[in-house]
Formats: sequence, C-alpha cells, structure tokens
Amino acid sequence: MMDMQQRQRQLEQLVDDLLTEAKRCGATAAEAGVSSDAGLSLTVRMGEPETIEHTRDNGLGVTVYFGQRKGSASTSDLSPQAIRETVEAACNFARYTSEDVCAGLADESLMATNLPDLDLYHPWDLTVDDAIALATRCETAAREEDERIFNSEGATLNSHSGLHVYGNTHGFIGGYPSSRHSLSCAVVGKEDESMQRDYWYTLSRLSEQLESPEAVGQVAARRTVSRLGARPITTRQAPVIFQSDVAVGLLRSFIGAIRGSALYRKASFLLDTLGDQLFPDFVRIYEEPHLLRGLASAAYDNEGVATTHRSYIQDGLLQSYVLDSYAARKLGMQTTGNAGGVRNLRIDSGSLDLAGLLKKMDSGLLVTELMGQGLNMVTGDYSRGAAGFWVENGEIQYPVEEITIAGNLREMFMGLQEVGTDVETRSSVQTGSWLIDRMTIAGG
Amino acid sequence: MSDLIQIAQDTILVPVGLIETDLDRMLGELTGSAIDAADIYFQSSRLESWVLEDGIIKEGSHNIEQGAGIRAISGDKTGFAYSDELQLPMLLDAAKAARAITSSGGDRTVRITGKEVAGRQLYAPINPLPSLSETEKVELLRRVDAEARKQDPRVKQVIVSLVGAQDVVLVAAIDGTLNADVRPLVRLNVHVIAEHKGRREQGSSGGGARDAFDFFLQEERALGFAQEAVRQALVNLEAVEAPAGTMPVVLGPGWPGVLLHEAVGHGLEGDFNRKGTSAFSGRVGEQVASSVCTVVDDGTLPGRRGSLNVDDEGTESQYTVLIEKGVLKGYMQDKHNARLMKVDSTGNGRRESYAHLPMPRMTNTYMLAGESEPDEIISTVEKGLYAVNFGGGQVDITSGQFVFSASEAYLIENGKIKQPVKGATLIGNGPDTMTRVSMVGNDLKLDAGVGVCGKEGQSVPVGVGQPTLKIDELTVGGTGQ
Repeated sequence: MMDMQQRQRQLEQLVDDLLTEAKRCGATAAEAGVSSDAGLSLTVRMGEPETIEHTRDNGLGVTVYFGQRKGSASTSDLSPQAIRETVEAACNFARYTSEDVCAGLADESLMATNLPDLDLYHPWDLTVDDAIALATRCETAAREEDERIFNSEGATLNSHSGLHVYGNTHGFIGGYPSSRHSLSCAVVGKEDESMQRDYWYTLSRLSEQLESPEAVGQVAARRTVSRLGARPITTRQAPVIFQSDVAVGLLRSFIGAIRGSALYRKASFLLDTLGDQLFPDFVRIYEEPHLLRGLASAAYDNEGVATTHRSYIQDGLLQSYVLDSYAARKLGMQTTGNAGGVRNLRIDSGSLDLAGLLKKMDSGLLVTELMGQGLNMVTGDYSRGAAGFWVENGEIQYPVEEITIAGNLREMFMGLQEVGTDVETRSSVQTGSWLIDRMTIAGG
Repeated sequence: MSDLIQIAQDTILVPVGLIETDLDRMLGELTGSAIDAADIYFQSSRLESWVLEDGIIKEGSHNIEQGAGIRAISGDKTGFAYSDELQLPMLLDAAKAARAITSSGGDRTVRITGKEVAGRQLYAPINPLPSLSETEKVELLRRVDAEARKQDPRVKQVIVSLVGAQDVVLVAAIDGTLNADVRPLVRLNVHVIAEHKGRREQGSSGGGARDAFDFFLQEERALGFAQEAVRQALVNLEAVEAPAGTMPVVLGPGWPGVLLHEAVGHGLEGDFNRKGTSAFSGRVGEQVASSVCTVVDDGTLPGRRGSLNVDDEGTESQYTVLIEKGVLKGYMQDKHNARLMKVDSTGNGRRESYAHLPMPRMTNTYMLAGESEPDEIISTVEKGLYAVNFGGGQVDITSGQFVFSASEAYLIENGKIKQPVKGATLIGNGPDTMTRVSMVGNDLKLDAGVGVCGKEGQSVPVGVGQPTLKIDELTVGGTGQ
C-alpha cells in the first residue's frame, strides 16, 4: 500500500479541491469529507477457507451552503470529473431547499486547533495464508471444545485500515489514518431436539491486543452449548441482569434520547430533563474522546469542532445533552462537539463482578441476547425478545428463550441497582453488566 | 441483445471505454480447472433524497456509486474482490485477487454467449430521478406536510422523506451468462408526532414501488400516507398497556406479513440449509405449518419493491412455492448454493451492491389467501390481540426464535376489537408458530412498499404480504395483565 502520509496529503488535496470548486460555484460555505479504506475479510468454515474478500472502499461527500440553504452530494468516485459533478449536484439541491436559520457550519471559534496523534493506526502485516491459519485455529478450538458442537458458521478475520479527511471553508482541515482488526467465530450445537448457535469475537485497533484465536473459539463454543435445552419461563415480574455486551444497548439508548436531533424533533422520552435525576445517585456516565488507541477516539467531530472530555451523568443527574451545531442552534444552545455521536462513552462500575451481581440479584433473569427493535424513543416504552438464563440463589439454573422483557427506559434507568466490573471493551460505548430491579417477563 | 443489456452497456461500460472483448478477457482471467463458477457484476446507481422537517425543505442529497465486483468459486470456496475504478488494469487486478482462492487459473478464454432473455419487463427501465422536476418534488413534500398538519391540531411534528434511485446492473459469468437489469425504486415516508395533555406518541406510514415519482401523485397516495401516519399517532395517544403472556393473536392483512419473512422466510434461504444451520434444514416434504398455510416468494410481481427482472446473478426471478398447504416444498436459492445442493437457482441471488457477495435473499414473500372472512376470524377470539401495524423483526434461524414488534394493536374481547394497546414485541418459534395458524382470511394484501431486509450486513428492498390470519397462541411482550 502507498505510504499513508502521502495518501493523506492526496486526500487533503481532494478536500481542498472540493471546497475550492464549491466556492467557485457560488457557495458561501462548504464542508467536505473523503475516506479511503482497504482490507481483508476472510472466513474459514469446517476447516476450509470459505470466502476471501479483498475490500477497497473510497468515498467523498460534500455539503454546500448558499446563505442558509443547504445541499449535499456524495460518490465513491474520486476522479476530478466526479468532484466537479458532485459539487454541482450539491449546489443544485441548494437551489431548492429552504432557508433554514439554523443551517451552516459550526462556529469558526470552535474549530479544533490542537490535533494530537491518538495512536489509532496499527496496520497488520498479514498474508492471506496467515489469516487463514488464524481463523482455522479459532474455528478448530470452537469445534473441539465440546462434543455437542456439530456444525459451524465459521470463523471470520477482518483487518482494515483507512484514512479519513475532513475540511471546511473556515480553513479547518484534519485527517488521520486508523486501523481495526477483529476475529469472530459462530458455531452450532445440538442436544436432543434443541439446536442453538452463538458467537464470540475480539476487536482492537492493534492486532497484538486481540484475544488468542483459541480463546475466541472456546468462548463461542461454551456460549453455544450453554444455551442448549433453553425453554420459556412463565409470565412474571422479576429483576433482570443485562450482561455487559447487551447492557451496551441500554447505554446507547440513553445517549440516543439525549441526542439533539431527537430533542428538537420532540422524539425523545428525555425532553427537557437537563439537571434532572435520571439514574440513581451512584451513577456517573462520561465521554473520553482522546483515549489513545480508543475504538471511537477523535480529536475533532464531524464538523471540525474540538472534542472534549464530557460528563453526561454525575450523581445521577443529567449534565449535558449530545449536540451538533445544527441541533444546538435549534435548541438555543452550544454544540457539545458531538457531530457524529459520542466517542468512548463509559459508565463507572461498582465493586461486583458478574458472579457478584448474580448473588446480589438472588433470583431473576440474566439476559445474554436481545432480539428485535422494540423500543419507542418517543415514550421510552421497551419490549424486546430475550434469551438468557434463569437464576436462583445467585446461581444460574437453566437457559431460557422465547420470552420478552418489557418496561419503560426511564423507570429502568432509575431502577439500576449496580453496574458490574465485567466491562465490555469491544465497543465505543463501554459498560459492565446492569442489574435492574424489576421488569415484566412474558413467556409460556 | 435485449434492451436492458444495451442500456446497461451504454450506462456503465461505454463511458469508461470498456468493450465486450474486455469482459471476455476478465472472464478468461477467472477460468481454470479448479474454478467452478465466476462472475463479474457491474453496477451504476444513483440515489436522491429529500427531507422536509419543521415545515421546511431541510435537506436534499445525491449519491452516485459505481463499480464492479468479481467473484471466483472453487467447490464451496469463494474469492471476491471489487473495484470502484472501472479501468481494465484495476479490474484485471481484482480478478486475479478473486481467483487467488485457487492456485491455478487463467488458462481458458471465455466467450459470452448472452443467453436469450425473454425481455420481461416487470417495471419500466427508467431513471425515476428526473420523473418530477425539483420544483414538483418540493411541492409534493409540502403538500404531504400540509395534509398531515391539517388532520388534527394535536400533530406537532411532521417529517417527510422522499427517496428515488436507479440501479443499473450488468452480470457476465463464465457459464456464458450475460444479463442486465435497470431498476427504478421510489419511496415516500411520513413520520408524525402528536401531543395531547403532555403525552406524546408517534405514527408513521409510507409506500413505494419500482416506478417513477408520479406513483405518489396517482390516487393521491402521498396524501393517504400523511392521513395514515396521523391516524396511527392519534390511536397511540389512546393506547393502554399491552398485555404480557401467551394468547391468541390475529394479524391484519398486508405489512404484518413480516411474520412470514421472519418466522419462515429466512429459515428457508438456501445457504443456511446447505450448511444445515436452519431450524428448517433437511425438512423438505415435511409438514412445517398448518394445512391452511401456503407461502410463496414471488419476484415477478409488476412494479413491486421486492421484484426483479433478473436477480444479481442474471437469473430470471420466479414464483417459488416455499410451503404448500403446510408442507415444505423447497428453499430459495442463488447459483452457488443451488449448485452445491444440486438444484436450480430460484432467482433469489441478491446483493446490496458490487462491493458485497450475493447470497440467497427474499423478494416479495407472502401467504396466499384462505377462505375465512376477517370478521369471522376476530369473532372466534375470546381474549387476545389484534395487531395491524409492525416495525421491524428479527430471527435466529438456528433456534427458530423470531420477534416482530407491533406498532398498532388492539385488545380483542369476546370476539370484538376493543381499546388500542401500546407497541409490544411478539415472540415465537418459527416452525411451532406456523403450526398454530388456525384460520387464514380471504383478504390477501401486499405491503405498501417500504420493506428493507438486512442479512449479514447487507440491505436489500423486499416486499411482504398476507391475508388476515389467526395464530392460536403467541407470546405478547407487554407490561400489563
């Protein structure tokens, strides 16, 4: 591959060309992003390579402003002709969109000026044969872990590196390379009439920080066989533990509800809650966008605004919304540097690991998988398919499936009893398992 | 040569200076004793979207994508590479990378024969983007907004989106296939939020087709979507807690067919069944649903969102009976899985784009009409749920567990539809649930044309449909009694 610094200069030049072309077409302001990624995605199934995909993706997007009218266009074609056509298309749209007093670039004074190297680029010098060998080790470990594993969806290795450059007519331009590697495995187990599949994966910006292929395979196999013989439980109310990998979704839903676009559309159950108590006193939720090697780290947001460490919940109280400049203007507030979302969100853990949480719950449901999109963000009403384990006396009793769990997120947040130390680290939103006091479980 | 192939060549190959002998050369690069199948998929797509929000035209955007995906298959191994630069050297590089799945290759020349195609046109080979002027599109959005707002003073927020796309695809394969499709697709969605006495609820509606934008002007369709979205939001303002537990469930006609998509559709896709990971694997010929159920996948419906003249492997789409009177008849196949299972492709080989591998996917999946009157079906339920609108669904094809989330539902008491209940997820096991379908209505209806199906990270447009039907027992995930 071409030297990354040289490639970055090229993409920066492309952004500059896009902005120049936009101004030439009469735009009063413009912003543009260009990205270029390449990688390998490979699956080994039943001991043999199944698919080998070489990926190479380019994209550019431009948004132009004519006063307060806006138009956008994007393409996968990075040629000079495509740049002209794309800018032209964006300008054409701006003739028909409405004057929007909130539209425009983020304020110039908020542009990031310090762009630290966040150490996000660690390419993996991996041949196809090496990759096949790693995926094979992973799948073999899964298939040999338990005799009830009889089939496999394979082990998949992904390794991708890319560059993203953003610039706007305030003169801001930023760009950085990044890498992302993962290894996942999904296997199928059978016992009597019950057939189940489950998976596990490891993900990092550094190949050295991936879990060993064998460990990934073994966890996938154990998770699969632990579900064999699952059955519904009867309808009841009970405490629920969301295992850390599914608790991530609850934290994402919280962020979704305090996001500016949901707030100004009145499409959130957390409207007008700044300063309100949304969680119990012990809860602290915050964002750390500058973590070295972090999965979501960035020094500036999608509008070039400097990102900062930010507290969302302190002592259970809502400290800040999640805003980009448009939503901020709609709400009469200041952007929080969150165009494009939150970066490395964390919630403080208590002192108990998952086993400790099970003991504290004593009797209830441990949820390890959720199904469907049964969340109404306008009302907070929550109803989703679930699978997991029934727990009594703090011990797992048997696997459970074909049930739903339901409640309202606002009540579930206030009903949070404890956050585990078993933090899910493979996500831009990181949390331990959540113990929630009570939900409605519907089953057979 | 068919008109579609001509259009595709003119759209994709001519502007970049590629000629038919270049295709032969690329395909030649993909041959060899160890290669069982290989193809090149060229795609050029353009998409346009408009958003109205807060009464103003807030966004307009345009996207152009083009590229080629090149695949080589040896046994059950697939090598794949793609390029968004349609230049011969890049494409030959991609072909070499794809072929590297086997160590040998490149030793044969290929002549594309271009199998005679029937020239079927389920939709006109048009580009819908210029089918209305920009001024007319803006006017359409404004009329929809006004229509929604005038329905009721409780309507506080209206978001209208209009999307049009044209997808031109050209497929050439070493088995001699040369085929093409020109696929228009339009969609309009309305989302409203209504507020009353401090309570806020939402409603949404929409529709679409493989057609031009004036589809929305015919029969005042677009205004109908606005009325429907408001109606749903107002119904939800009155909704009480949904019940929790197992009970009889009556599903309305049309979009609730997402049941079939999740409960049986995915489980009958060829790849899962070849690998033996589906709850339906190895069950062809067995009773997998009650005898009132006949389920088909039909890519041949004119103008429908899920329809295709040819699939993304160049195979003509079909009417495929999946379940007949409760008996499993067959699976949906792409070429690769069909070859390995020694059956024929059913024209279900689909891919999100040139940058994705094709796999067996649904087109329009629906249940055929039965004999019961819808009223009669509801009258048989003493206490249960009547669900008429749904959000998305999901399935675990191995365990058979599936969910789908009702966004508009009512209690049934003593055979009568009673008060509306809040949205709730319904969960069941596909094969079990289908055996519990006890009554099927005579009112088959297809959805309005907004379905998107996701599988292994790839999204494709699909259709669903069904008549009113009754499931004797299904778990309803509410919070009430």
